[in-house]
Amino acid sequence: MPRLEDYIPIVGQSAIDGLRLLGDRLRGKTIQNINSTAVGGGVAEILSRILPLLKEMGVQVRWDVIKGDEKFFQITKKFHNALHGVPQELGLGDFDHFLDVNRRNIGELAGEADIHFIHDPQPIALVEEKARRGKKWIWRCHIDFTRPQPGIWNFLSEFIAKYDAVVFSAPAFSRPLPIRQALISPSIDPLSDKNKDLEDSIVDAVCQRFQIDRSRPILCQVSRFDYLKDPLGVITAYRLVKKHLDCQLVLAGGGATDDPEGMKVLEEVRESAQGDPDIHVLFLPPASDIEINALQRASTVVLQKSLREGFGLTVSEALWKAKPVVASAVGGIPLQIAHKYSGLLTHSLEGTGYWIKQLLNEPGYAQRLGENGRLHILNNFLITRHVRDYLLLFLSLDYDQAVIRL
Amino acid sequence: MGEPFTFYTRLNLVELLGRTARNLSELLEGMQSVPGSSIYFHTHRFLQQHHYMSPEPPNDFAFWVTQSMNLDALGEQLSCIDTVQFRRVEDLRQALVRVLTARRDRGQSMTAVCSEGEEFHFMSCRTFILPTGQSAVTVAEFLDILKTISIDSLYYHVFESRLRLEKEDNDFSAWFESLGLGPLAKAITRLDPYTITLEGLRQKIIRLVSFYA
Repeated sequence: MPRLEDYIPIVGQSAIDGLRLLGDRLRGKTIQNINSTAVGGGVAEILSRILPLLKEMGVQVRWDVIKGDEKFFQITKKFHNALHGVPQELGLGDFDHFLDVNRRNIGELAGEADIHFIHDPQPIALVEEKARRGKKWIWRCHIDFTRPQPGIWNFLSEFIAKYDAVVFSAPAFSRPLPIRQALISPSIDPLSDKNKDLEDSIVDAVCQRFQIDRSRPILCQVSRFDYLKDPLGVITAYRLVKKHLDCQLVLAGGGATDDPEGMKVLEEVRESAQGDPDIHVLFLPPASDIEINALQRASTVVLQKSLREGFGLTVSEALWKAKPVVASAVGGIPLQIAHKYSGLLTHSLEGTGYWIKQLLNEPGYAQRLGENGRLHILNNFLITRHVRDYLLLFLSLDYDQAVIRL
Repeated sequence: MGEPFTFYTRLNLVELLGRTARNLSELLEGMQSVPGSSIYFHTHRFLQQHHYMSPEPPNDFAFWVTQSMNLDALGEQLSCIDTVQFRRVEDLRQALVRVLTARRDRGQSMTAVCSEGEEFHFMSCRTFILPTGQSAVTVAEFLDILKTISIDSLYYHVFESRLRLEKEDNDFSAWFESLGLGPLAKAITRLDPYTITLEGLRQKIIRLVSFYA
């Protein structure tokens, strides 16, 4: 796992010094992170990368995982869908079981902490323990909260109101609440396999393996095969471009083989791509981070034509590689792209095609967007900023004023 | 020899106010009632997040009015408000409010609604100020440190200190004035830091100070 000093060549000595200054103010404080899984999923990945850095600064961090039965996780899956705006049948028994499991976990979570940092809805009701333990409690919402179903919102909001602060990833997830709301965006790790610098020979080898021609323009979208990522729309946009300009399209992503919808989307994409050797549909196994890194680096233009998006970190990944990006203005994408400054935002397939043509015809403009994009990510979406925001969040709990002198 | 110059830095935690605007009327209501820290945030966010760009994008209000409401002329009016002339955030707020109330008073539409997903989200920031551990007694020492301090530190002494903390001048000019270097102090005061990248601003100040080091 990288250490703080490993990031100095990327973000500079002063940024790391700033982190250490903040870390000193939290030295000896205990932060207890609680979520529902130790491995797999974005939350576990972020925690496993951030917590060692906090520890290195002298902050005492713990990470506990709640236990639940199959029924509990079926219910929380329904919660997840309902929060994404997908109608779900949730009965009184579901809410009762959810609360039972949370209450059983309260008894099993050992140890005292100065700050209890609860991640996502599964353990949200642990905050009932605040009345007995006191201390500070933060709820971190990692998921899209734009259109929660009223029933689930009413249930969860009673618990959210008991926390000292809530953290959202994008402004659109915010809503009127009686407690403080912090905006902390997710981040990418520039030293991870998905984002670290690669020798050009590795990029070449990956392209050769997938029979992608690096001498011709490459359009690429990296995402799960999911209707909400609109891979069929991407093919349509590619065809609009292809009428006028030679190019190839790479649609690369993974997906669970037990996800019937994912496999159905993949089949539809393959069917749509059939007969065009310039469309490369790549269904990648897990742990294909180097391949994804290489495909992004080989791309002329990177696309993220999602219909809905939690945050869309693939945009940050591409911008970090200084690639011009054309992406939908949904979820957290507008935070990562200021239109015409650090990338291009679109609202339609025709718009996507139009901007791709502009970028292929004007490589100087494409390069400027990519370079601006990389700087934007350097300043705002790397893991060091994420760590800094968490440190500030923890410190802020002891103050009411807007300007705090430490 | 006067007091040493202590370099501070500032770090912001962004907060969400749970308030949105879908049209100009709601934007105006929000502008009039959100805390001063929110006005400060929305007029300085681009400067902090995009400090490598020149020309920089305008303030958030202007950007939203132009990009999401497609009102280029109004967006230009909001973007060309001369932020550097204001000593207090409240005065800056009133200048922004005046642009929108003038439109309302002319009877122009205030209720046309933006597309779904394009709403303006009011935000704010909690600012932490902390010493960097570096201080200068002489102009030469100041110059050496200025070359290496973080952008956040430069930002604090030039922008935050003056407008947010309502000091008379930026910290650098105040210190040079106390050393009896009035012309240098005035030269730095005269700079318009809102129309230059932060790195560009650092280089300009370095050039000015070099004459006295």
